[in-house]
Amino acid sequence: MSECLTFEYQVPGDDFTRAGEASSSVKNKLKMMGVDSGAIRRVAIAMYEGEINMVIHAGGGAIKVMVTDDNIRIILADTGPGIPDVEKAMQLGYSTAPEEVRSLGFGAGMGLPNMKKYSDNMQIDTEVGVGTTVTMDIHL
Amino acid sequence: MDKFIHSVKLDKDACTGCINCIKYCPTQAIRVHGGKASIKPQFCVDCGRCIRYCPHHAKIAESDSLDEMHDYKYTVALPAPSLYAQFNNLTNVDIVLNALLSMGFDDVFEVSAAAELVSEMTRSYIEEHRDEAPFISSACPTIVRIIRVRFPTLIPRLLPIRPPVEIAAQIARKLAMERTGLPSSDIGIFFISPCPSKVTYAKAPLGIEKSQIDKVVAIKDVYPILLSHMTQDESELRPLSTSGRIGIGWSNSGGEAAGLITDNYLAADGIMNVLRVLSDLEDEKFHGLLFVELNACNGGCVGGPLTVENPYVATAKTKRLHRYLPVSGTHMEACPDVDYLWEDYVEYEPVFRLGSNFRESFEMMGMVEDLTEQLPGLDCGSCGAPTCRALAEDIVRGEASRNDCIYEFIEYIQSLSGDLSYLTTEMEAAGHISPVDLQNLQHSIGKLALELRRKDV
Repeated sequence: MSECLTFEYQVPGDDFTRAGEASSSVKNKLKMMGVDSGAIRRVAIAMYEGEINMVIHAGGGAIKVMVTDDNIRIILADTGPGIPDVEKAMQLGYSTAPEEVRSLGFGAGMGLPNMKKYSDNMQIDTEVGVGTTVTMDIHL
Repeated sequence: MDKFIHSVKLDKDACTGCINCIKYCPTQAIRVHGGKASIKPQFCVDCGRCIRYCPHHAKIAESDSLDEMHDYKYTVALPAPSLYAQFNNLTNVDIVLNALLSMGFDDVFEVSAAAELVSEMTRSYIEEHRDEAPFISSACPTIVRIIRVRFPTLIPRLLPIRPPVEIAAQIARKLAMERTGLPSSDIGIFFISPCPSKVTYAKAPLGIEKSQIDKVVAIKDVYPILLSHMTQDESELRPLSTSGRIGIGWSNSGGEAAGLITDNYLAADGIMNVLRVLSDLEDEKFHGLLFVELNACNGGCVGGPLTVENPYVATAKTKRLHRYLPVSGTHMEACPDVDYLWEDYVEYEPVFRLGSNFRESFEMMGMVEDLTEQLPGLDCGSCGAPTCRALAEDIVRGEASRNDCIYEFIEYIQSLSGDLSYLTTEMEAAGHISPVDLQNLQHSIGKLALELRRKDV
């Protein structure tokens, strides 16, 4: 089976009330497709972290979820500030989130590490001033 | 017993075919076809939300009749703690318990007393299984049912302890058999319930093979009878109540959690709030929680569809009633030989899955996505499904057709009438009707008639 089912979402920036809508929708669709529960859980957590990152740092962005019979690929693309030091950003607990965001309980520096932890494969393409695209694969 | 039985039912005569209920159902279990609503049994979790929102009172909660007391030689009433919150200025639970005896029950056993045992058991269970926390309360049958169909990864988090009413039924049956010497079949255990969800539970419990509850009667049915049996003369009362603040507090949202004596809990009530919490729990958004109390009804059990009093007034009444009671009046050491734990684990029922395997579901999901894109996206409900997406799913499942959508239907009729007008213009120009033209004309008129008949307009 080589077909691919694609779900696309726009994530608005700076709106915490809507953050998580996209991952929640994907979760329900995957359940209706009978995808393994463990894989759904990983997709939901990894995607939610990515969604929150977009809201906090990038003023929103676009998410594409591509499902094939053996893989779920999540592509999070934004035109935000970019990540100057990816290695540092990947460190557990490292955060550049502003204080007002942290006071909401976000920005604990777990976003990217968690995304890496819950995906089988993660790639970050980023350019300062241009934007960031994170591609995650979760194998089925 | 059918594993998808439910106790929220439709009164067909009262149903006008309006589409209020389909919009409020949290599991999208209701459709309106042919001018009447119908409930998909495998989707319904007995939350009772449609009962509250139906303006024609066509959604009803099934419960047993009090007349069934006569079918037993000895009957025991199990009052839910929410029953106490229905009365104004109630100062003493014994007034209610004595009234239950006076109206004809041979004995009473408080569900709130059993709730204190469940609280004690839960404290020790959580203490022994801290690594597996947070645990989700399994006392509300609607919560267990919704997790069973929607949240497979949360099934292992369900607290595997029987609900208070089950423990109460177990103890009450045993006591009755000891006291009377009668066989179990002659003893009728009657739960006086705030909700239809417990009616379903008694017939088809999850977590155990068979419930010890025989009949579930509605608080609203017992309430008016009970009123006339309630006395104000407290000196006449037999002291029957053994429950304290913890047990009686179970009727309110947060009451079960309060019995655990920990601050690391979350308590949510109202089915829509509960769904959000479950989704967040699934995504592991909470840290350090030991216990999650979820109640499908607003305010907790006092908000059940079979109660009489406003849930928030009832909450205030409960607080006033139990304020000066001891913390707990019933203890595990005084009640030996009780089976607290579940016998079975609850199994995931993927009722929302589109196809019978991944391949099929994958293809069907693709069709749902395409169809949803093509439908008008107004979620008007005229087709009888709650949203355009739900209609798309129904079409793909073979349970509805595109022309159920009024906008699609209008478009279809317009294209048919376009065909008709083209055909007649052609015939006019030709000056005669060829057999082929006639056939085409008849075919188009036939389709038009069929679609109009299907729409019943």
